[in-house]
Amino acid sequence: MREDDNAVVDLAGVRKEISLALVDDVAVGDYVIVHVGYALNKLDPAEAAKTLALFADLGGGLPDGAPVSR
Amino acid sequence: MKYIDEFRDGEVARGLAAAIRAEADPDRRYHFMEFCGGHTHAISRYGVADLLPANVRMIHGPGCPVCVLPIGRVDQAIRLALDEGVTLCTYGDCLRVPASDGLSLLKAKARLGGTSGDIRMVYSSADAVAHARKHPEKQVVFFAIGFETTTPPTAVAIKQAQALGLANFSVLCCHVLTPSAIASILESPEVRRYGTVPLDGFIGPAHVSTIIGSRPYEFFAEEYRKPVVIAGFEPLDVMLAIRLLIRQVNEGRAEVENEFSRAVSRAGNVKAQHLVAEVFELRRAFEWRGLNLVPYSALRLRKEFADFDAERRFHLDYRSVPDHKACECGAILRGVKQPQDCKIFGTVCTPENPVGSCMVSSEGACAAHYTYGRYKDFA
Ligand code: SF4
Repeated sequence: MREDDNAVVDLAGVRKEISLALVDDVAVGDYVIVHVGYALNKLDPAEAAKTLALFADLGGGLPDGAPVSR
Repeated sequence: MKYIDEFRDGEVARGLAAAIRAEADPDRRYHFMEFCGGHTHAISRYGVADLLPANVRMIHGPGCPVCVLPIGRVDQAIRLALDEGVTLCTYGDCLRVPASDGLSLLKAKARLGGTSGDIRMVYSSADAVAHARKHPEKQVVFFAIGFETTTPPTAVAIKQAQALGLANFSVLCCHVLTPSAIASILESPEVRRYGTVPLDGFIGPAHVSTIIGSRPYEFFAEEYRKPVVIAGFEPLDVMLAIRLLIRQVNEGRAEVENEFSRAVSRAGNVKAQHLVAEVFELRRAFEWRGLNLVPYSALRLRKEFADFDAERRFHLDYRSVPDHKACECGAILRGVKQPQDCKIFGTVCTPENPVGSCMVSSEGACAAHYTYGRYKDFA
């Protein structure tokens, strides 16, 4: 986190300074959707887990009880 | 990378593909449009279309920002640099968009020579403001293009320039709106001229929807009876969305479903929406490449921000310029033709030497087909 609404994000190991001017309440450790140097929204880990579960569920590609994320 | 790799798992993709095959009714044909260029790119890059049964077809929509930028707007940007001597800041994607007289911003840059004009690539709107701050002796114009995703960053830049009292910064605003484009595809008379597109549903854009939310699509679901599933940009997201669309069609439903709930809510990013509403207002009409004039489909700066409006500052007029005769971008952007239907696809028109805008960015339908070799499978 820096002054003037900026923050440094880690994009697969590449560190990049982005603007948080469009989002509220972002904390260190949060995941954000980044586009043209701005965070557009925060990523909701609980919803991400639900979608991953849906892949497994609808896809039928994983046996029951298998972890959905590697 | 977390939240990316899990959404690209090949094993799960095969499972989803099997589920799609099982779900799709063999006696039916399904035509779904992925509105957004990001999805077009993902579908081509990961070969999603190859995993689908023959009766499920994906149609590319007009959601690639540089593809819908008309020649007349690129001409305006070029004139600013060549004739007005401004420093034009642009996203890298715009540099090679074909304009009039065989020019593009990139080719215009080579022509600048010793003139005072300049054409610079920026990564973000903030870079353009920073450049204006550093060079008070130069007029800096940000060529602002794109859908609802790039509009809020432009609004932030304008507010920042205002707060700093920058007298040498302005914006050539070409921001366009997703819902208007979808409406135009569903009801414009041109679609009738090209023949109707059988469309059974839409994959709603990922980034755009993080800003506008899922609510704007409810109108299309209700009014046109078309299912919409908003999806993330990863291949598994797209496949799950296809499966959800098939299910809606089979069950006779037309609803808005949100596969990208990890980043999209019904209301969207309200803070960003307020900023956009404060700085911009609707244009009565705007020319889109391939879609002609679309009513209330784009934004311009409000009077309160007139000082930062490059069209006013430089008294720019707009001249519409027809596309290259052979280019089928117009039909492709509406989903009635495919890239390989264009006579010069891959021969005269290539990503190195694009004739039409769909060949410019990796999100364009022609470039995506060309780059990932999918055009062979579709022929
Ligand atoms: S191949 Fe080139 S000329 Fe043909 S439709 Fe695509 S962009 Fe236009």
